[in-house]
Amino acid sequence: MNMRQILIAEDDPRDEELTLAALEEYNLANKVFVVHDGAEALDYMYCRGKFKARVGGNPVVILLDNKMPKVTGLEVLKIIKADERLKTIPVVVLTSSREAPDLIEFYKHGANAYVVKPVDFAEFMKAIKQLGIFWAAVNEPPLNNL
Amino acid sequence: MKSMHLKPKTILLVEDDPNDEEMTVAALKKEGLAGDVIVVRDGAEALDFLYRRAGFASRDGGPPAVMLLDIKMPKVDGLEVLRQIKSDPHLKAMPVVMLTSSEESSDLAECYQLGVNAYVVKPVRLNEFIKAVHDLGIFWGVVNHPPPAGIQTGA
Repeated sequence: MNMRQILIAEDDPRDEELTLAALEEYNLANKVFVVHDGAEALDYMYCRGKFKARVGGNPVVILLDNKMPKVTGLEVLKIIKADERLKTIPVVVLTSSREAPDLIEFYKHGANAYVVKPVDFAEFMKAIKQLGIFWAAVNEPPLNNL
Repeated sequence: MKSMHLKPKTILLVEDDPNDEEMTVAALKKEGLAGDVIVVRDGAEALDFLYRRAGFASRDGGPPAVMLLDIKMPKVDGLEVLRQIKSDPHLKAMPVVMLTSSEESSDLAECYQLGVNAYVVKPVRLNEFIKAVHDLGIFWGVVNHPPPAGIQTGA
């Protein structure tokens, strides 16, 4: 596998820790970058603010929480999917909400997939592992780079 | 996959190659998903299924949880099927995953431009093919939450 980077936007420290641990099992964790709110996620994608000098192009997938400070996941999704240069980057919503209106809203704005965080620890780890395998190893990401 | 929250869902496989169809269904069967796999063999049939036309006029159920779509097929190819789905407000939220032998960057770029949810290149080696379909089936058939049936997501 080549350098396939995953961007995680997650403000909950416990969910972050579990997600990283699950990805680590498949040696994906060294290619994971974590941001902690929507504003930071956008700064990362647009290489601005503290990410002005970052290198490495676009992530192969963005794992996006919804309820985050400053800018919500839904707002981040809308901005990414409305931008011709960014819209092809796969965005997987990773959220605790299983409410139909949320599902509809995210799919409507172009979410590539929608995963509800399992409450059970073992189920959570398994879901992240399976998500990580598919998006980091099986899926062929778009070729675009900033 | 015995969690009550993670039930297998309906998968629509659009594939004209009998060998690939057989391998794909076999790989999904390992996950207990095969009972929920519907196979159609060209793009026209896929659209008939989704729009409940012709032989599918009286079928039950809404759209599948995911559609696995080959590109090179008779009558209507996968790119055209994808284009129609993603430009239809009633269907565009349905996840579509390309499952193709094409590694052409033009196909990859066009599919993502049209709004494909994921793009999987069929591995040539049998065991890798089975593994890829297995991982794909787990993610899209079990882990992912598809949009609620019957919704309209058009802007």
